[in-house]
Amino acid sequence: MKNIDIKVLEEKFQKKIDQDIKIEPNDWMPDDYRITLIRQISQHAHSEVVGMLPEGNWITRAPNLRRKAVLLAKVQDEAGHGLYLYCAAETLGADREETIDDLHSGKAKYSSIFNYPTLTWADMGAIGWLVDGAAIMNQVPLCRCSYGPYARAMVRVCKEESFHQRQGFEIMTKLSNGSQEQKDMAQDALNRFWWPALMMFGPNDAESKHTAQSMNWKIKRHTNDELRQQFVDVTVPQAEILGLTIPDKDLKWNEKKKGYDFGKINWDEFWQVVGGNGPCNKERVDARRKAKEDGKWVIEAAMAFANKRSAKKSA
Amino acid sequence: MNLEQALYKYVLRLGDDSLILGQRLAELCGHGPILEEDIALTNISLDLIGQATLFLEYAGALGGENKTNDDLAFLRLEKEYVNVLLVEQPNGHFGDTIMRQFLFDAFRKPLLEKLQNSSDEKLASIAEKALKETKYHLKHSSEWVIRLGDGTEESHAKIQESLNTLYRYTHELFYTDEVDLMLNKNNIIPNLESIKSQWENTIKEVLEMANLSLPDNNWKFEGGRQGRHSEHMGYLLADLQYMQRTYPNMEW
Ligand SMILES: [Fe+2]
Ligand SMILES: [Fe+2]
Ligand SMILES: [Fe+2]
Repeated sequence: MKNIDIKVLEEKFQKKIDQDIKIEPNDWMPDDYRITLIRQISQHAHSEVVGMLPEGNWITRAPNLRRKAVLLAKVQDEAGHGLYLYCAAETLGADREETIDDLHSGKAKYSSIFNYPTLTWADMGAIGWLVDGAAIMNQVPLCRCSYGPYARAMVRVCKEESFHQRQGFEIMTKLSNGSQEQKDMAQDALNRFWWPALMMFGPNDAESKHTAQSMNWKIKRHTNDELRQQFVDVTVPQAEILGLTIPDKDLKWNEKKKGYDFGKINWDEFWQVVGGNGPCNKERVDARRKAKEDGKWVIEAAMAFANKRSAKKSA
Repeated sequence: MNLEQALYKYVLRLGDDSLILGQRLAELCGHGPILEEDIALTNISLDLIGQATLFLEYAGALGGENKTNDDLAFLRLEKEYVNVLLVEQPNGHFGDTIMRQFLFDAFRKPLLEKLQNSSDEKLASIAEKALKETKYHLKHSSEWVIRLGDGTEESHAKIQESLNTLYRYTHELFYTDEVDLMLNKNNIIPNLESIKSQWENTIKEVLEMANLSLPDNNWKFEGGRQGRHSEHMGYLLADLQYMQRTYPNMEW
């Protein structure tokens, strides 16, 4: 294609974006738009699937039948989110198994939060409350993302995430109204998950290399710091309701900005975890790789069987 | 033993079979061979935990000691659980998991079909709900047995081996004692012999389609119904009961 033609197509594309017309799989789109989306959607899909592991860790030990069923259903929802998102990535020409192999080789990233261990039952509360809570902040604007299939997947996902968030908060409520051991357990979980939850919004705006372009394309609607601020402002009063203390001595209401000031995030830790050196990075990726390797003979059998059946049918 | 005591014992068996198999499948959540199958196995686990919740709630009401379903699920001694040995066997590989499920589902479905007509209304209504789920479980597990049996050479060998290992536990599905006799006489539960022929037919039909054959040497294991479990059970209970044992008398 001549450069001039591409220029015209690009202008038409940007005009559609500016008019909030959704881009659909068969529409022309710039290569970078496609690449950016494939990266973001498959990272999101991986996060859903890897995110099953820290909570899966407590299903067999859930304290009662109701909690066990609710946790099972939640982790199952996350598998469903992973599925929709892999499908959304496929509409852009990504191959599901290839993107999964990128996860297993360490080439593809996923949300750093899932590299932290779940040590007590209260972590199921803290994850639902904080991690699903932060995910909602990140994902609600994605329901208006310029790429149609991603936006539509997010509508479904967000409904379930807010359900998860409420369930997490309910676990925390029960604990903070319980015995001293239960209160301590809840506070300890908040201490461990607070900062990693803030890191879920990604680096500060000044360090975030993709933000400007993504906002132009309306893949992203708010900057990392805006979303993080929003999360803090919503969550601090919830911690007060629970009678728990946010582990940040610099946290303070700022009347002028009508929001909370909060302490400095440990970005060294963030980059360490993103780079593969978090407490559970190896365990998480190993578990996913093992699931695929152990399942290989099963998939082969299913394919061989399907081939035999269709051969029989056409014979 | 009066009728209510017999019914308590029987409902406990139903509840424990569901609970322990549901707990086993729950271990796999997040580790399935592909996402679709992860979701399917989790669904079955959820159904079984739901069934356990209902059966054990009813057992609690029959037991006369004011026990809740959670008390029964989490706070008994190992020897007080009365599930069959089959359901407590480890997940092994996917073929083992599927074969264990199939052998159980093929038994559970005809049993629940009969129980939904029980003269005990409460039992009948739980059975009716559980049957809907179990029909789907049996369909799912039979299809996989056939796929793996008639898939590749490797899958055939693996699932045949699973059958060889697990078949010895099926005899116990039809364990009968004075509890069964008393309830059967009062039209509360069916005669297990009638279930057995249906079970055998399903097994025969599916194994035939899967090109699998029954092992000829099969020692008949039992003990679960009397509270004598395999070595695996203690570890399963250690996980299941961890929170309730570590933090007694709390609400969650
Ligand atoms: Fe999710
Ligand atoms: Fe998410
Ligand atoms: Fe979630």
